[in-house]
Amino acid sequence: MTLTLEPTPVETAPVKGPTAYAAPGQPGSLVSLNPRYDNFIGGRWVAPVSGQYMTNVSPVTGKPFCEVAKSTAADVELALDAAHAAKVAWGETSLADRAAVLNRIADALEANLEMLAVAESWENGKPVRETLGADLPLAIDHFRYFAGATRSLEGRTTEIDKDTVAYHFHEPLGVVGQIIPFNFPLLMAAWKIAPALAAGNCTVLKPASPTPWSILKLAEVIADVVPPGVINIVTGPGGEIGKALASSPRIAKIGFTGETTTGRLIMQYAAQNLIPSTVELGGKSPNIFFADVMAADDDFLDKAIEGLVLYAFNKGEVCTCPSRALIQESIYDKFMARCLERIRLIKQGNPLDPTTMLGPQVSIQQLEKISSYVDIGLQEGAECLIGGKRTPIDGEFADGYYYEPTVLKGHNKMRVFQEEIFGPVLAVTTFKDEAEAVEIANDSLYGLGAGVWTRDGSRAYRMGRALKAGRVWTNCYHLYPAGAAFGGYKISGVGRENHQMMLEHYSQTKNLLVSYSPKALGFF
Amino acid sequence: MSDHTATTAPVARVVATPAALGCIDRLVAERGPIMFFQSGGCCDGSLPMCFDKGELVVSDQDVLLGRVGGCPFYIDARQYEVWRHTQLILDVGAGAPEGFSLPASEDEHFIIRSRLLSDAVTGWTTTQGR
Repeated sequence: MTLTLEPTPVETAPVKGPTAYAAPGQPGSLVSLNPRYDNFIGGRWVAPVSGQYMTNVSPVTGKPFCEVAKSTAADVELALDAAHAAKVAWGETSLADRAAVLNRIADALEANLEMLAVAESWENGKPVRETLGADLPLAIDHFRYFAGATRSLEGRTTEIDKDTVAYHFHEPLGVVGQIIPFNFPLLMAAWKIAPALAAGNCTVLKPASPTPWSILKLAEVIADVVPPGVINIVTGPGGEIGKALASSPRIAKIGFTGETTTGRLIMQYAAQNLIPSTVELGGKSPNIFFADVMAADDDFLDKAIEGLVLYAFNKGEVCTCPSRALIQESIYDKFMARCLERIRLIKQGNPLDPTTMLGPQVSIQQLEKISSYVDIGLQEGAECLIGGKRTPIDGEFADGYYYEPTVLKGHNKMRVFQEEIFGPVLAVTTFKDEAEAVEIANDSLYGLGAGVWTRDGSRAYRMGRALKAGRVWTNCYHLYPAGAAFGGYKISGVGRENHQMMLEHYSQTKNLLVSYSPKALGFF
Repeated sequence: MSDHTATTAPVARVVATPAALGCIDRLVAERGPIMFFQSGGCCDGSLPMCFDKGELVVSDQDVLLGRVGGCPFYIDARQYEVWRHTQLILDVGAGAPEGFSLPASEDEHFIIRSRLLSDAVTGWTTTQGR
């Protein structure tokens, strides 16, 4: 398994060099497809109380391919019922058995890796080379990481005095609510579910409205290895069931990834119920290239060029998309020319073709938003170096949501430098020296990720410490290994994920303060 | 929080298209008063979020940009600093909202288009920002 974005797994994938995977439900496809999917509650498939379903569209073709439950608050209650019914037994399950369940989930995903990779690609639009090489391997490893972390969970004891001992136990919170985004449907599910289960909690999960189905495919393959009610999945509109879940007095914590206003709402609902929340709210991550990256034309320069082009990874629909490139002015012309050369080689089209590098945006909504951002960028005087419009594609993909990889040159006060576009749109500018690089990079409301590229280790360290961001990739970008804490500074969010510290975030601390002395205190 | 700041402005900092105004009228008729809040960040960030009025608690750190169809439209003060050289145009796009926002209609969501304001106007908004 690889935890990098190296293309190795794609090349070794059992199926086909240039041949595209068949779309789900089509003859020869690895992915079976039902016309309609229900909620996954208490280990069973449960029809929505209202009897209503909503259409699920593939961004690859712009056409509907199945229906999922259009749930209401009543379905959230059913899921909460199931989770509460399961919470005592799951919370009392031994660490060894909890870890075994997490490992069995990982094994089930691994056994179905290719099928799930194709399903996610079809629903989200991300290239299958990414789902095969990154999303699924990372999701699988995430469950294994927390299986291991669970086994290392230890309480602490403190000898207060010779007759008094403070014991500290981790106790599960109980039932938690989790709301995930559309950009990595399976990996974000893993990021949320694995630590919650590892700490002994049951979860009610709401997938993002544009990507409910691939998680239901995931539920199909793990249904037999997870005790009923431990994982519950309810699909439907955010305004209805997202609110019903987040504001429910029956959850003990709410975890959310998404945009800032809903982040505020989530924290507001949590405040009203006096429960903790974790919110990850996006960023506008700077990717900083110092002149010395061009000191030699070698592997490192090649890696740095790819590092810039990673803005197009997952079509730019990444909270940590390196969407602001800051390039030292002395190398700008030469370095940018090399990068544009690489961007021109991006192959766009059917994401089920393993050679495709850039698929469609997840929805028409996102496509329109990207267009409106490029429009305001041009109004603000940005120069379009490449792209800047929808990608015309013929045939069965003509109605898909394809946008050209785009680079806008401008300055950091422009809105395209200040707001997350969530598309394959890079805003590029220059800096004179290290001090200016820090100033521009930190001139942002957000602080989720950042990238620094230099051959000078001391500078890399100084930059890493000076940047106000939760993660600073140094001479790399877009690696998401389990064990590296992930979360934001500033308005990018509150809390961390992807690290065993999450076990604390999903636990209560129980203190037993025990006196072994037979003597009274002497006050009364 | 004053509700009167922007209504007498010489240049509105937020306006709405006829399509958006039509949706607002229908929503208000169905649900009662609504509010807008300009979002930012991940996923469907950068979209205007529409809620029943009072659903999101606004604070002194939020700026009332103006009113659209009689409904208040807010933005976070920090985001306003970054956006204030542009006029926001509330419009309607295809597809249901992907986050917690109310839909504009059965299968539509509210969107923002933007127009650059002249320096003279942004000079005004600088002094009259709240």
